[in-house]
Amino acid sequence: MRLTVVSAGLSTPSSTRLLGDRLAQSVTDELAARDHLLSTEVVELRELAGDIASHLVTGFPPPRLSAAIDTVTNADGLAVVTPVFAASYSGLFKSFFDVIDPDVLTGKPVLIAATGGTARHSLVLEHAVRPLFAYLRAVVVPTAVFAASEDWGSGGDAYTDALPGRVRRAGAELAALMETRPAGGGPEDDVAALERGLADLRFD
Amino acid sequence: MQFGVFTVGDVTPDPTGGRTPTERERIKAMVAIALKAEEVGLDVFATGEHHNPPFVPSSPTTMLGYIAARTEHLILSTATTLITTNDPVKIAEDYAMLQHLADGRVDVMLGRGNTGPVYPWFGKDIRRGIDLAKENYALLRRLWREDVVDWEGTFRTPLQAFTSTPRPLDGVPPFVWHGSIRSPEIAEQAAFYGDGFFHNNIFWPADHTRRMVQLYRRRYAHHGHGRPEDAVVGLGGQVFMRKNSQDAVREFRPYFDNAPVYGHGPSLEDFTEQTPLTVGSPQQVIERTLAFRETVGDYQRQLFLMDHAGLPLKTVLEQLDILGEEVVPVLRKEFARGRPSDVPDAPTHASLRAAREVPVP
Repeated sequence: MRLTVVSAGLSTPSSTRLLGDRLAQSVTDELAARDHLLSTEVVELRELAGDIASHLVTGFPPPRLSAAIDTVTNADGLAVVTPVFAASYSGLFKSFFDVIDPDVLTGKPVLIAATGGTARHSLVLEHAVRPLFAYLRAVVVPTAVFAASEDWGSGGDAYTDALPGRVRRAGAELAALMETRPAGGGPEDDVAALERGLADLRFD
Repeated sequence: MQFGVFTVGDVTPDPTGGRTPTERERIKAMVAIALKAEEVGLDVFATGEHHNPPFVPSSPTTMLGYIAARTEHLILSTATTLITTNDPVKIAEDYAMLQHLADGRVDVMLGRGNTGPVYPWFGKDIRRGIDLAKENYALLRRLWREDVVDWEGTFRTPLQAFTSTPRPLDGVPPFVWHGSIRSPEIAEQAAFYGDGFFHNNIFWPADHTRRMVQLYRRRYAHHGHGRPEDAVVGLGGQVFMRKNSQDAVREFRPYFDNAPVYGHGPSLEDFTEQTPLTVGSPQQVIERTLAFRETVGDYQRQLFLMDHAGLPLKTVLEQLDILGEEVVPVLRKEFARGRPSDVPDAPTHASLRAAREVPVP
């Protein structure tokens, strides 16, 4: 099975990427326990920032962006991680999903996650990121993972799991969805796919 | 094979500190470009149709009729005629009229347009764009082919006992190209009727062009019009040339960087690599254009965009001199080399009339 991590972190290294890596490890472990081998690819949006802007302007993706979009399109599951900017996902994160065909995420299992300076931003996941993927008809796992700066150095308490616990829970939820989702076939010949779509089109 | 130019008719300030042409200047410049195209031996001039600033060509047959009167050989065409928002009755009348005035030197490229508000401005619903293109074209064909038409559809008032006048010249309707960039439905429409398919590839990677043309060719054969290689294909191109390729790049860069559509986005170098845009020497343009054949097979019509982004008329006319004198003669020779003799040419009024007169055995 294939997992694609989309990270919109801007610094190098970034805590956004770090969270993406922890989530990928959690999904890998969970699927390994169920005898599934998972391959993971990471799409770093920082490296594609110029290409994404070009796509917005020209209407077509430069080659590297095109490859990244294929990686997302062909994945069995996604883990998407954005930093919180101005009460929402970052503009780069949104722009990447703006240039992807809105139909290709339909039914795809998605784990949403975000990073921020303080836990006060955590509901951005529920109020901004989850509706975006609901619009795209993705299947979003119940646990969304928010990592505030303080989460990297604190344990849980009586009311909340620590970050590793939340990462494990979310990873298990995504693994379960990926496992039950019927495997997609190999990529279809583009022209054949177009032809199939024309079967109902009558011009006479 | 036919070679020509197509123009969008944009009024764009010259980004190198020059001025913005007036509408009158731009309209006259388009005419000058058409006359130059004939002078340097090109085959086709095609004008866009737009109904909003900064574009001037809202009335293509007025312009093409004027050009027809001042030329002798040039084929007059469009890029594109809006089949969605124009009344098909008016298209039938206007282009038949133009055919008579131009002695048959007319064909039409149909398209859906790319400006959303044009639909509501003309009382149409953009969500029905494909349906409009289908119904309107079906009616347009009948108006050109049947002397008396009874018709009822979804998008315009019914017609009873209607005769579109004048009738097409010699009873031969203008050849129709269907222009599209990304809609497979339009490739299908062209294939269904056995019409031409023009892929306006100038802002798109070759791989996308290959898929769309492949689809059209396969469906053309599927609908029984002949072999895939009998299908009639046209492509766009965009070039800027100087004897020395560095001079071409230096001179064109400010126009590229500020161009409508793709300006302020990718670099000239990236865009040149990813799309058919070629900025360099005539020889580079020749090599690039010849390679289009590897993408789509032997094809019938090559139109170049030469005059957008605020390029001054003087420069455009110089470009057309280079195109006509140094590039197209070589392209004609090289495209003919290795082209199977049974690959058809683009239909013209004369060839369509001759085909009609051949008795069917």
